[in-house]
Amino acid sequence: MTQAATRSTAQETPYALSHLDALESEAVHIFREVAGEFENPVILFSGGKDSIVMLHLALKAFAPAAVPFSLLHVDTGHNFPEVLEYRDRVVAAHGLRLHVASVQEYIDRGVLRERPDGTRNPLQTLPLTEKIQSERFDAVFGGGRRDEEKARAKERVFSLRDEFSQWDPRRQRPELWNLYNGRHAPGEHVRVFPLSNWTELDVWQYIAREGIDLPEIYFAHEREVFSRSGMWLTAGEWGGPKDTEPVQIRLVRYRTVGDMSCTGAVDSDATTLEAVITEIAASRLTERGATRADDKLSEAAMEDRKREGYF
Amino acid sequence: MTPSTGTGTSTTLSTTATDTLRFATAGSVDDGKSTLVGRLLHDSKSVLADQLEAVEHASRARGQQSTDLALLTDGLRAEREQGITIDVAYRYFATPRRRFILADTPGHEQYTRNMVTGASTAELTVILVDARNGVVEQTRRHAAIAALLRVPHVVLAVNKMDLAGYSEEVFAAITDEFARYAAKLGIAELTAIPVSALAGDNVVEPSAHMDWYGGPTVLDHLENVPTAGRPEGAPGRFPVQYVTRPQTPELPDYRGYAGQIASGSLYVGQPVSVLPSGRTSTIAGIDVLGRRADSAFAPQSVTVSLADDVDVARGDLIAPTADLPPMTREVTATVCHVADQPLVPGRRVLLKHGTRTVTAIVKDIPSRLTLDDLSQHAGPGRLTANDIGRVVVRTAEPVALDGYAASRRTGSFLLIDPADGTTLSAGMAD
Repeated sequence: MTQAATRSTAQETPYALSHLDALESEAVHIFREVAGEFENPVILFSGGKDSIVMLHLALKAFAPAAVPFSLLHVDTGHNFPEVLEYRDRVVAAHGLRLHVASVQEYIDRGVLRERPDGTRNPLQTLPLTEKIQSERFDAVFGGGRRDEEKARAKERVFSLRDEFSQWDPRRQRPELWNLYNGRHAPGEHVRVFPLSNWTELDVWQYIAREGIDLPEIYFAHEREVFSRSGMWLTAGEWGGPKDTEPVQIRLVRYRTVGDMSCTGAVDSDATTLEAVITEIAASRLTERGATRADDKLSEAAMEDRKREGYF
Repeated sequence: MTPSTGTGTSTTLSTTATDTLRFATAGSVDDGKSTLVGRLLHDSKSVLADQLEAVEHASRARGQQSTDLALLTDGLRAEREQGITIDVAYRYFATPRRRFILADTPGHEQYTRNMVTGASTAELTVILVDARNGVVEQTRRHAAIAALLRVPHVVLAVNKMDLAGYSEEVFAAITDEFARYAAKLGIAELTAIPVSALAGDNVVEPSAHMDWYGGPTVLDHLENVPTAGRPEGAPGRFPVQYVTRPQTPELPDYRGYAGQIASGSLYVGQPVSVLPSGRTSTIAGIDVLGRRADSAFAPQSVTVSLADDVDVARGDLIAPTADLPPMTREVTATVCHVADQPLVPGRRVLLKHGTRTVTAIVKDIPSRLTLDDLSQHAGPGRLTANDIGRVVVRTAEPVALDGYAASRRTGSFLLIDPADGTTLSAGMAD
């Protein structure tokens, strides 16, 4: 045994993949595994950076053929217009089929009720799960990463959901080597997370390396915002600002893109990918901690929403 | 434990480190594993302000006097309520030298199953012992699992040295006993490090209390241990995941075989066979996600085209004709049983190996292993959850299995319940 290893540098072999190449290869392997084993997979596509990276990886996995999956967007009705525009552009460019599950429609029908705080993120679960049932999707790709949140750190790459889309942490299958088990009973489906092992920084570095185009709101821009729960929120139809919340113009960007009512902007002058990466590497806050009101609800907020079928 | 501000190396998240080490931690309940992990994350500056704030808040809410870094790692409500870890959690941190993916495995309920899961993808395992208790039954089991799963590097972290007077004799005695046992198990590479996770000795910062120890800290060792073996020694193995057929006007006849190289390397012009059919061809082209290449190696995801129009489908294996795996319909293996329902002879199962899933039947369970010393006990009749045992499985079609000793990727398989898809057992072929 080695008692005192001499300080040597890690051996650089020509056969060591860089971390981005290794993550890319792993994600592609996951996409192809699902294509080989499922009948009707769908990619959850929000127009946020993680789902954009997912789509980019899927395109690579099946080139020169088309991606054998459709896309699904859960539309809260409070989306940033820049993001919707981006979504439609990407769908058209790659000849993809887009399904939309609309929260607004559920509210109009009286099935869902607006929450007093105006946030619609928790309302996404029902339209999502009913769409999965009605379209009979058997595999649903999500952009969730294990580094995002404590409950997600326990998530499998292939996560089994029952017919109510519920996540039971005690029913998850052990996942060994790179052997993913996608078998499920009729009515059940599997949530698949190809970016499980990616960090926020990995995602950004990959976007930079691949030259992937993103919605502009990820970069610093001047915006009318007001402060609520310690975050800069954008004024909009969704119910802000109140009279007690003065609006100001600030130079901001978004670290995550979700519902306008609960996604906060951060003060930033990063207008390029490089500047964004430098800013993230030096940040002392996680992306959700800095920008998501809905994750601050309680210690187990994410776990509870996942159990109900949230992504 | 109270996080120290740390005086030594600053490890701000680097954007330059490009190699990754996947490792796992194992320790019994109460020997300070969560504290060690918390210390690694905290001292390598991987805990961000809002996470720390949440943990401080939760510690106060529980009436604890100091910040409990274990709360950084326990994610589920039941875990926090009971102060235990239920499931494998994956954590990510980086230093300027390397990135790390940590499979943090609980020392509590179902720990065998969870440890086997964590060890299956790990290149290194950190086994914790309490300096006051030395090598205990659980330590021997953790070592046995690392040996069974063939984790290339093992670290023995002798923790709570502060409670053992930072004594060199205590450390040497524990290290000697563990090394003798590890040698018996066939563990090739072992490094022992005396630490105090609570006080921070030799985790990230070198200890001021143990001048007699001249070796690396835990983080030093994690940063310097060699990763990624050289694939030219391993046989080329390419399980086909998916057949790519664009069938467009531009590419009417294109057929590519998409997959991830599981072992070794492939090159253009290489004579290969397609298993199980045995048809031969040569590799005509390799596409590495949009880049043409003359060769590629594990674990790259590629698309391969062949010179001849042979029949290839998902589940087939492409391998060099000169170095083919044995084909068998009788798989003899060591399995870890991971399901609540027992495994019994006569049970019909599915066997998933690489990209191929075949119907199979459990013919025999000749023995169960005691994890204390990997000794075998004949005729157990069944395997229950967390048992490790020897099985003989008969498959309906031949499978191209390597021995797990030669290749962790191509020598491993799952047994699955055909009725509801439950993963029953994780297997390592002879």
